[in-house]
Amino acid sequence: MNEDEKRIENALKAEVVRKKVVSVDSAALNDKGPATITMTDGPLIPKKGEKHVLSSWRITFVGAILLLAALLVFKPEPYLQIFKVCIQGAPVTFQVTICAIIGAVIIGTFTGLGSVSRHRWINMISGIYVELIRGIPLLVQLIFIYYAVGRFFHIEGMVAAVIALSICFGAYMGEIIRAGIQAVPRGQTEAATALGLSRTQVFIHVVLPQTVKVVLPAIGNEFISMLKDSTLVSQLALADILRKGREYISRTFLSLETMLIVALIYLILTLVLSRLVGMLEERLHKNG
Amino acid sequence: MAKIEIKDLCKDFTVDGLKTVHAVKHASLTVNDGEVVVIIGPSGSGKSTLLRSVNKLEEPTSGSIRIDDVEVTNPKADLRKIREEVGMVFQSFNLFPHLTVLDNITLAPRKVLKMDKAAAEKLAMELLERVGLADKAKNHPTQLSGGQQQRVAIARALAMKPKAMLFDEPTSALDPEMISEVLDVMLDLAKEGMTMLLVTHEMGFAKAAADKIIFMDAGEIIETGTPDEIFTNPKSERTKSFLDHIL
Repeated sequence: MNEDEKRIENALKAEVVRKKVVSVDSAALNDKGPATITMTDGPLIPKKGEKHVLSSWRITFVGAILLLAALLVFKPEPYLQIFKVCIQGAPVTFQVTICAIIGAVIIGTFTGLGSVSRHRWINMISGIYVELIRGIPLLVQLIFIYYAVGRFFHIEGMVAAVIALSICFGAYMGEIIRAGIQAVPRGQTEAATALGLSRTQVFIHVVLPQTVKVVLPAIGNEFISMLKDSTLVSQLALADILRKGREYISRTFLSLETMLIVALIYLILTLVLSRLVGMLEERLHKNG
Repeated sequence: MAKIEIKDLCKDFTVDGLKTVHAVKHASLTVNDGEVVVIIGPSGSGKSTLLRSVNKLEEPTSGSIRIDDVEVTNPKADLRKIREEVGMVFQSFNLFPHLTVLDNITLAPRKVLKMDKAAAEKLAMELLERVGLADKAKNHPTQLSGGQQQRVAIARALAMKPKAMLFDEPTSALDPEMISEVLDVMLDLAKEGMTMLLVTHEMGFAKAAADKIIFMDAGEIIETGTPDEIFTNPKSERTKSFLDHIL
């Protein structure tokens, strides 16, 4: 791995810190090796070097699978029933997550471009959007946008939820993409400019491909966050995994048992996804 | 081919919005058609800034630069056209890491000159042959040594068929054993009559290839002369003490 890549990686890690740790300001971006980097959800993605069997990921994953299997096999009453009900919510969870991440990437790309734009007012607009979104709790935004979109456009719940989540995550995504664009060394732009490429050509052929490569793992990470935060849509009467579980509780009052299954389902999904993101990251590094 | 004329060029930087640094002070120089002009001087003396002003990677504060009959410093100048015609090689190579060596070279001819793919690749292979790296066409830049990367960077600049070439410390980032392979390519170019303006610390190259040497210190051009005059009989004390240190 060369130095540029390390720098890019640090910048991106710092970006994640910016997002997760409210108190860390843009100083973290200057990548003078702040200790705060360890505070990210880094452990979510298994490290490249961790090849031994007893990695924390493996223990958690195997533990979760075994526990779920044991419950379903040895105590099918009531766990099998609960599982069958809850898993019905999985399509909704995935649909919302996937659609919303696509929406967030689209919004984020424009926001990211906006915040590196030379035009002052475009810059300002994306800045205000990011500040606004970062300053309001996700649940509050979600419900607000959901009702706002519902009242003015009269669209169905699922679409409204996806739009709301996209807008919320778009701001964070925008910051990731901005960091990714800025992480491309200046020499790259200079070399392309010196060859006679126009600003647009420089961006499309030189900056963007390198940005995509560095932001992909971060987008993967956002995807995992999105999967978890998609539980918030259960507040909006969408029948996702959590909502199915809560409906089941209201019928049977088996609250602890149901929530155990719901938690296990999310845990297993998240662990699988984080491994996939880790593999993707490793791949990207290998292709240097 | 081209003639580069720099007249009374100044470049000021503002540091922290307070202090003004005069990176280049009233520099004037001429690179005649087919000439090789080498700028030497201690680091921080404004050599690179002066060089980078020629294709407007730096915006000069005042003064004028002309390439043939085109006024580079004219705000209405077609910068793309100028940059097409002036190749540049950087200290840190700046190859595009996401593209193969071949694609690095063909990118600009295809996108800027609108050359078709086959023609661009044919041209690229000829240039790679010339810098001795035809077998590396399909590799990615990170798989090459520094010297190889810099030779690819030269080929990439040549693919635009430039009228003049700028070199910004092309060997400073290289391990000693790789410097000569890059200098050889540059010497060949000089022999072929390419108009070249370089910043370098390679005095051997300056002696062998330069028509004119310019010594800069603290943003000013202190002395201009043939290699013979500068190296054996420098007029200025500053030139003399610099050369004593470096040789």
